[in-house]
Amino acid sequence: MGERTGIEVSIAISEAVAAADADVIAAYPITPQTHIVEHLADLVANGELDAEYIPVESEHSAMSACLGSAAAGARTFTATAGQGLELMHEVLFVASAMRLPIVMAVANRAVSSPLSVWGDHSDIMAARDVGWIQIFTENGQEAVDNTICAFKMAEDKSVLLPVMVNLDGFHLSHMIEPIIMFERDEVRRFLPPNDYPLPLDPEKPVAMGDFAPPFIFTEAKWAQEVNLRNSYETILRVWREFGEEFGRYYNPVESYRIEGARTLLLTMGSFSETAMTAVDSLREQGQSVGLVRLRLWRPFPFEELRKAVKGADNLIVVDRAISLGGPGGPVASEVKAALYGEADRPAVASFVAGLGGRDITRQGFEEIIARGIEIAGKGGAGEYEIYGVRE
Amino acid sequence: MSKPDNELTWRDLEIGGIVSTPGNTRLYRSGDWRSQKPEYEFSRCIKCGLCALYCPEACIGKNDEGYFTADLFYCKGCGICARECPVYVISMAEEAE
Repeated sequence: MGERTGIEVSIAISEAVAAADADVIAAYPITPQTHIVEHLADLVANGELDAEYIPVESEHSAMSACLGSAAAGARTFTATAGQGLELMHEVLFVASAMRLPIVMAVANRAVSSPLSVWGDHSDIMAARDVGWIQIFTENGQEAVDNTICAFKMAEDKSVLLPVMVNLDGFHLSHMIEPIIMFERDEVRRFLPPNDYPLPLDPEKPVAMGDFAPPFIFTEAKWAQEVNLRNSYETILRVWREFGEEFGRYYNPVESYRIEGARTLLLTMGSFSETAMTAVDSLREQGQSVGLVRLRLWRPFPFEELRKAVKGADNLIVVDRAISLGGPGGPVASEVKAALYGEADRPAVASFVAGLGGRDITRQGFEEIIARGIEIAGKGGAGEYEIYGVRE
Repeated sequence: MSKPDNELTWRDLEIGGIVSTPGNTRLYRSGDWRSQKPEYEFSRCIKCGLCALYCPEACIGKNDEGYFTADLFYCKGCGICARECPVYVISMAEEAE
């Protein structure tokens, strides 16, 4: 086991990528992801990581280079954020449909305009349906641990899919946190060498990313969907194996003080930790409140979510992105869909909060919970409410 | 692949739709897309082969007499050969079939 070290989360992620012995990194720097790829460039330039570092001219090229690298069987990493994720958007679909095990850290950032370099989830929500496994992390340790796990999930023969590890821009990417780092040897024991089954090879020519006329396109998409859904079991297995090896366990849906709670708050990402302090405070005041946190966004953990919220009267979902002109919060929308068929389901109140880097404090969560209890189940509450907007 | 194309199921596809049999695009009849087809007046042909060079489908080849003709299994009827022929051998006629 490595040492517990005070380290910036971005740098710790780069060290995890190096410990995982990545072969190729193709990336373009963009705030707030820059430190991740900058430090990887240093590690390669200094000879501390034996990898190809491809400095590209855009994120579109970064992901395109990753396609080629993963197709050749190389362990491949990149990172991006905000506008960068949008610029590589079309290539994200190609990576998943071609079943290429690329790992990408996304330091979630608001999308222009107005220009904001600060954190929210509008970048990733626009890339929700690209067919990648998508994990959300709440602190630096989780971001580092899940970077290691992501390689193992992505490269598993039954999965072979790209994986995004989401961490909130600035709130996580630029924090200096105490993180238990990895020895390279222990990571290499946990993570078998990448063995892509049909790599580009002049001795055995194959065609990848082909053209599919209408007679076969539906079959290709269904094969992809079955594969992404089935990856769920492997994701659980990798997290279990990681826990057995390193003592930190992860689940698709995490809960905090939900025992007997009549009202549940549901969050995703770094502000979950602030939400926990709000739950503690309300519990001390005798309120029956708990917290459910989504860790796995795709494939969506329908069953675990239903189980986690069963029995509660109110479910208050806080989104860090806004689906303009639509249902409001993307997470709330998914949660409502997951619960629609349940006879016994909590009333859902949906809030959008924390856009473009605005902090939600403990007190803020307490206000959201109070308002949520008031409006949950009332037909007149509308699709959602936005928290903290000045009138 | 052993089955006819329209009987393939999603389970028959290789990982990521990889095609592991080289050259099977040759089985794809892109000539189906054609709404016009080339017709030739070989008496004017100087056998320069410009039509073959310009053909985006690379489906024009020499016949036994040295004239250049399109393979209608692949020809999409784009008409570039007719446009580029310096001596107006090729004209595009409506594809009736």
